[in-house]
Order: sequence, then C-alpha cells, then structure tokens
Amino acid sequence: MDNSIAMNESGYSSKSGVSSDALGERKISGTVGEVKVADARMTCRDVNVYYGNKHAIIDVSLDIGKNEVIAMIGPSGCGKSTFLRCLNRMNDTIDGCRVNGRIKLDTQDIYDPQMDVVPLRVRVGMVFQKPNPFPKSIYENVAYGPRIHGLAGNKIDLDEIVETSLRKAGLWEEVKDRLDQPGTGLSGGQQQRLCIARTIAVSPEVILMDEPCSALDPIATAKVEELIDELREHYTIAIVTHSMQQAARVSQRTAYFHLGNLVEVGETTQIFTNPRHRLTEDYITGRFG
Amino acid sequence: MSSAQKPRTIDIVERTLRKRYSAEKRFELYGLAAVISGLGFVALLFISIVANGHTAFYQSFVKLDIDFKAELIDPQGKRDPADLAKADYDALVKEALRSQFPQVSSRQDKRELNKILSSGAGHRVRQRVREDTGLIGTQRSLWLPVDDEIDLFFKDGSTAIDTIPGEGIASPTGVEGEVQVLLTTNSFNAVLNEVKESLLRKALLAEKGIGDLEMNLQRIEREIAALDRQLAKEKAAGNEGIAAGLDTAKLNLLAERKGLVEEAAAKTQEAADLRKRAEAPGGDETLSADLPSYLVRINGGLVKASSVNNSGIGGKVLLPLSSATEAGKGDWEILRLAVPEGDRRVKDQLIAWITKLQAEGRIEKGFNSNFFTSGDSREPELAGIGGAVLGSLYTLLVTLALSFPIGVAAAVYMEEFAPKNKWTDLIEVNINNLAAVPSIVFGLLGLAVFINFFGMPRSAPVVGGLVLTLMTLPTIIIAGRSALKSVPPSIREAALGVGASHLQAVTHHVLPLAMPGILTGAIIGMARALGETAPLLMIGMVAFIVDLPGGFTDPASVLPVQIYLWVDSPERAFVEKTSAAIMVLLTFLIVMNAVAVYLRKKFERRW
Repeated sequence: MDNSIAMNESGYSSKSGVSSDALGERKISGTVGEVKVADARMTCRDVNVYYGNKHAIIDVSLDIGKNEVIAMIGPSGCGKSTFLRCLNRMNDTIDGCRVNGRIKLDTQDIYDPQMDVVPLRVRVGMVFQKPNPFPKSIYENVAYGPRIHGLAGNKIDLDEIVETSLRKAGLWEEVKDRLDQPGTGLSGGQQQRLCIARTIAVSPEVILMDEPCSALDPIATAKVEELIDELREHYTIAIVTHSMQQAARVSQRTAYFHLGNLVEVGETTQIFTNPRHRLTEDYITGRFG
Repeated sequence: MSSAQKPRTIDIVERTLRKRYSAEKRFELYGLAAVISGLGFVALLFISIVANGHTAFYQSFVKLDIDFKAELIDPQGKRDPADLAKADYDALVKEALRSQFPQVSSRQDKRELNKILSSGAGHRVRQRVREDTGLIGTQRSLWLPVDDEIDLFFKDGSTAIDTIPGEGIASPTGVEGEVQVLLTTNSFNAVLNEVKESLLRKALLAEKGIGDLEMNLQRIEREIAALDRQLAKEKAAGNEGIAAGLDTAKLNLLAERKGLVEEAAAKTQEAADLRKRAEAPGGDETLSADLPSYLVRINGGLVKASSVNNSGIGGKVLLPLSSATEAGKGDWEILRLAVPEGDRRVKDQLIAWITKLQAEGRIEKGFNSNFFTSGDSREPELAGIGGAVLGSLYTLLVTLALSFPIGVAAAVYMEEFAPKNKWTDLIEVNINNLAAVPSIVFGLLGLAVFINFFGMPRSAPVVGGLVLTLMTLPTIIIAGRSALKSVPPSIREAALGVGASHLQAVTHHVLPLAMPGILTGAIIGMARALGETAPLLMIGMVAFIVDLPGGFTDPASVLPVQIYLWVDSPERAFVEKTSAAIMVLLTFLIVMNAVAVYLRKKFERRW
C-alpha cells in the first residue's frame, strides 16, 4: 500500500471496496496488491495494447522479479497472453497491434525505436502454448538458436550446448540416442520440453511461457512443472496458465487479469488463500471464468 | 398428451432415411461415372496416339553396296572438306541401287527405281564420308533410309498381297519384255472369274449411277413443266418482263437436261459394256489400273498380267525370269493385290523391286534414331524432333531461370514482408488477373517489347523463354503464396522466439516448409509453358527450322509448335510423325509431373 504507482487512486484497497457492478465495468482502475518488487528484471508501466480499435490491455503495470516465477491467470480473452507477448515484442508480428507504455528489461526500454528485437528475443525467450519444434532433427532444434547467433565456435561447443540444454530441460536421457531423429516424432510432453531446451540453448535471461502445458497430459504436465521449478534457479520466468493449481504449484507471485486489466497481483499463497479483490476471489473460487 | 400426438423424432428420421441413403448412392454413382468416363477418354486419347505414332520410331532401311569412287568424291585427291561436301553423293547412291537391277534401262524406269530411296540418302553418305575419309576408294554396304511412301508400304499393310498357288504346268514365252504365261490347266479361270466379278460390280455401280441421273432428269422435267405453266399464266396476264425472265430460266434448264441426257446415255453405254464383258463366258479380258493387279511369280521372275484368258495370261515382265522353262505345280504362283494400282502410291513395278530387295534381306526395319536427333524436314523420313526438343529445352531453361527466383522472391515479399494496405491488395488482384490473361496476349507483348523495342532476335529461345516467364510468373507467385500461407505460424513464431531475424525465420524455416508447394506450382507452370504454342507463334518460333539450335539466340522451334507444323503437312507419313511427337511431348509432361510428385513427397514434412 505504500507504493504510489498505478494503484489505489480509486481506493480499491480491499475486496469490500469493489462495487457489485464492477464485473460489467470495462475499466477497472488500479491494481490491488504490490506490483513492484525489489530486484526487478522487467518493469512494465502503464502498458496499453490495441488490436486495431480493440483495447486489449489497459494500463497494466507489473514488475517481474529476478529468479522468480510469476504466473498470470485469468479468464479467456483477459489479455494475459497479449501482455506476455509484449515482453519480447512478439506482438510486432501481428498486423494492427499497437503497444503504448514503458516496458524495461533491466534499464533498457524494449519499445525504444533504437531497440533491436533480435538481441531482445535472445535475452527474453519464449515457449509457446502448442509444442512447435522445427520439423528437423532433435539436435538441429536445439542447435538452431546458438548457430544463428554464433554462440558456439565449433562443433564440440555446439554439442555441449545441445547436451546442457537438453539436460536442463530434463530430456537428455530420453533422447540422447536419437538426436538425429525428427523433433516432431517425440511425444507432446517431450516436444514441449524440447522447445524449452531450444529456448534455454541461447541462455536467455527471462523465459516467457504461454500456457506451456495446455496441450499436455497430466504426467507430461508434472514433468514440465518440475522443470520450471528447477529452471527458476537460473532464469526469470513468466508463465501464463489456465490452471490455477499449476499457478499455485509453480509460481511465487500471481497476477490476475480481467478484461484487459491487471486486477490483482501478489504472493501466490496470498492470492489463492486470501484474495483481496472481489473479481479475483470469484475467479479462483470458480464462480466464473 | 401433446407428446402422444406428436410423432417421435426417430419416426420422422426413419421416414426420410431411405431417401437420404438413395441420394447418397446416386451421388456416388454419378461421381464414379464421371471418373470412369474421364479415364476412358484419357485411355482413348493415349491409345489412338500410340496406335498412330508408335510406327514412327521404326523405319525401313535398304542395304546398298556403295562404291566410294575416289574420282567421283575427291577428284583432286586432297581430301579437302569443301570438295568432299560438293561431290555428288546422290549419284553414288543411285548407281548402287541400279546395280541391284541391271535390267532397268529406260529413263522412266530409272526414275521409278530412284523412288525407293529417300532423297536424304545421298546426304547420309556424305556424312559418313566426312566422318571417315578413309572410306574413299573402298566399297562398303550402307543401310540407307527408304522413301516415306515405301516406308509406309511396309508399315501400314494397306497393300495386302494374297498368294494363289499355281495348279498345273506354266510355261512362259520369254524372260523379258512382253511375255505370255501359258497353262496346261485352266488355273487362270479363278482369276478370270474374279475379274468378271469386279467388272460386274462396276457395272452395277454404273447402273446405280444411271438411276441417280434419271431421278435428276425427272426433277428437271418437273421444274420445266412448272415453269411452262407459270409462263403461260404470265403471258396471259401480259407481264412480258417476267415472262422474258422465265424464258431464260427455262433455257438454262433445257441445257442442263441435255447435259444429263448425254451423261445418262454415256453411263448406260458404259454399264452395258461392263455387263457384256462380265457376262461373256471365257474369252480374253484386259486388265486396267482400276482393277486389282495380278502378278505371276515364275522362274524367279515376276510377270504382271495385262490380259487374261482361259489358257494363260499376257503381260509385262517386272522382274526378269531366269529362264523360259516350264514350271510345274507348286513352282509358280499368282499374287493378287486387291487395291487397284490406280489407287496406290506405290505402283506394281516398285512393289516388285522392293519385294525382291526384301527377299534378299536388303530391306530391314530399324530403330529410327534420326527421329530424335535431327531437325525438321520437308521429307517425312528425314524429319525429326531433335531440334524442337532442344528448342523446348533452351526455352524452358530461360523460363525456369527467370520465373522461379522472381516468382519465389515476389511470393515471399508479398506474403511475409509487404505491409497490408490497398496498394498490396491492388498488386495481388492484378497478379491474379495476370494468371487469367490469354497466353497469346503475352505473345503480342513479347513481339512488341522484346523484339520490336529491344531488338532481340526472332524465333529465339531467349525471347520464347521471356514470354513464357511472363506467363508462368503469376502461377508460381500464386502457388508460392498459398504454400507460404499454409506453413503454420507456430513455426515462424518458434524461429522468432529464439531470436532469428525475420529473414532468417523465412529462409531457414518457412521457405523450406513451403518449398514442396512452391516446386509443385513451378513445375505445373513449367509444364504449361512446355505445352504452350500460341505466344510462341507471335514471336516467330513457328518458322521452318532445319538446323539444331546451338544456343539461346539461335532460331528454334519447340515441341508443340513442331506438332502444329506437322499436322499441317500434306504428306501421309507426317501423320505418324505427329503422333510420335505428341508421344514425346506427353512423355516430357508426365516426367515433369512425376518429378513434381516425387519432390512433394520427398520434401513433405509433418508438423
């Protein structure tokens, strides 16, 4: 409550402050909870995203702390994926998409016209909803990033990067004997871990995960979640998920989005045990969404 | 209670079920019928082309013992290529042919004999000498192509020769010139009867002709009578002008009637004569060119019957007899050529000569490699598609080299990089429109721009290739764009996600995945370009070009234009050449399509 940025102007300091018609309101001013963290890796301030005339993200401010896993939850169409894609400018590829506001990676404004998206995407990697390995061999999938950036001086270095990445992604033992086989031949869970390996092969600082387990069965999901937990040591992770259990399991902080607004953000345990905003409570208790 | 009155859903469904199933069955049958009839037509096309064309791949050759006389070929003995090229090789060949038939002496017979050989035979010999000057002064046997009519005689079998075994003893009165072959039995009765039957048929035909003439005559009589009535009416009414006109009309009719009456009289006479000849028992009968030919093979010679009676035949010796001795039963025979000589291109004398050559093993069918290696010619037996194949090859190379990179680059730019606005929309619409422009319009454009404005050579593959590039580009761009569009965006995002630049994402991932589709489009475009005739007519590739093109700027023709040119040729032998050229063209197309399928299968990846 002691920070002044982007909150509390309208005095929504507790769930009792939310009027009953707030659900239908397009504009919900301010965010409940602490958007700032002490050692922020990425800082977003007053981010607005428009798809043509549609206002998809409204005045969202959020910090993503170092070595933390932040989960973004919310009903379908609430803008959580859009927000995630702003963080490495993947929205640039969508026609008619405009982004306002400041998003900084460390101290660098990533929407600065001078900013080059290629190094940005090296530093902020992404894992997508549907496993999307290249239709190439497992080895080539992982080696592609290091190769185009020239991270490996020779074949031995490259082999090592591939092995380390696959080990970190927990896939090495399963695929080490068939690295030359197509990545598309793996099972869904393995494919997604391959995609994670491909992302960490270029040693990003932040990893964005857009519903990485939505196409996976519970066993594969468990493996990926385990992996996310391990990756936290070295990386900062922002994950969008539909599964509240998943958010509760893997994240330290949770942000709840609703109709383009960031409604509430806070410690995961706090959000799931003691939501302060009425909308958050309704969502996590399954009243809508 | 309302539910009791209301029919159950399942009842309604079952009521219409039978109808739905039968509609399904009908649709299936229609589809099957369409497929079968389509396949049937394709099969018909292929069968008729192959049936007409397969003979063109074989050709008859005659073996001649050629004396390469040094004094004729190279009188100065310097082996100078210019001298060697100038020598009269036709004379050498003709001499070699004449040596096979020493008895042929008259100018007319000699000219007839020369018809056996192709007019390109001398050129063949020249080529042999040019390749190997050591031949000069030696004697060699060479296989040389025969004339197209002779070739067809062996191929089409329309001049069937029946053999009637000889009964009794036949004795010729001489070995050369006009002779008679006399018989102890009346073996020639059969021939005589056949001749009489033929005469009777002709008589009947003539009598039928008389009937037709008489019907015409009656029609004219009726018209005259009608005219008379009208004339009387007009005269009574005092219309002198109209009456005068009718008078002239009547005069015309009368003249026509007179002509018909005379014709009918002549026909009646002819029919009566023919019938008389046909019905006269025994007696001599003269054979003319409009009756089947009868040849008597005896003592190694051949006599053509010009008259026949009960006791023998009289006629001209086509091939000299070895002796005038008697031949017993089984040692002589009668050959019948059912098609009258007058209706044939290859006359009896020529047939006699070539059958002799054939019997001596001097005529054989061989693979017609000339068809694949040489250019066009006015002589069907010398014409080949080599020039057209090369021309098509050069043209397609130019087309491929230009349209593929330009088309792919345009498709990639339009699909991946171009901003979406009304300008790009306009460009897209116009590219689609270009694909629908009739190809001859591109030909006109090529004529106006490439030839008239840029002054490029006429009839050249480079201009043909440019024109076909214009025609093929829209196809490749459209195919390329749809192939690029069908690559899932997740692949693009995956590449961008690991920090690939836009171009890297496209060239490393999107383009390879779209390649099978692009290649298929390109090959289909190429196949269309290969079969294209109209635009090439505009830029002069329809010229008669004998030499093989040596490069992109040499005058050349292409396969479909060659087919078009041959279809137009009057020589009968071009029928099979045309079909064979179509077979070659279809082979190219099928191979190209097979390559397209292969590439698609090979590079097809699942994601």
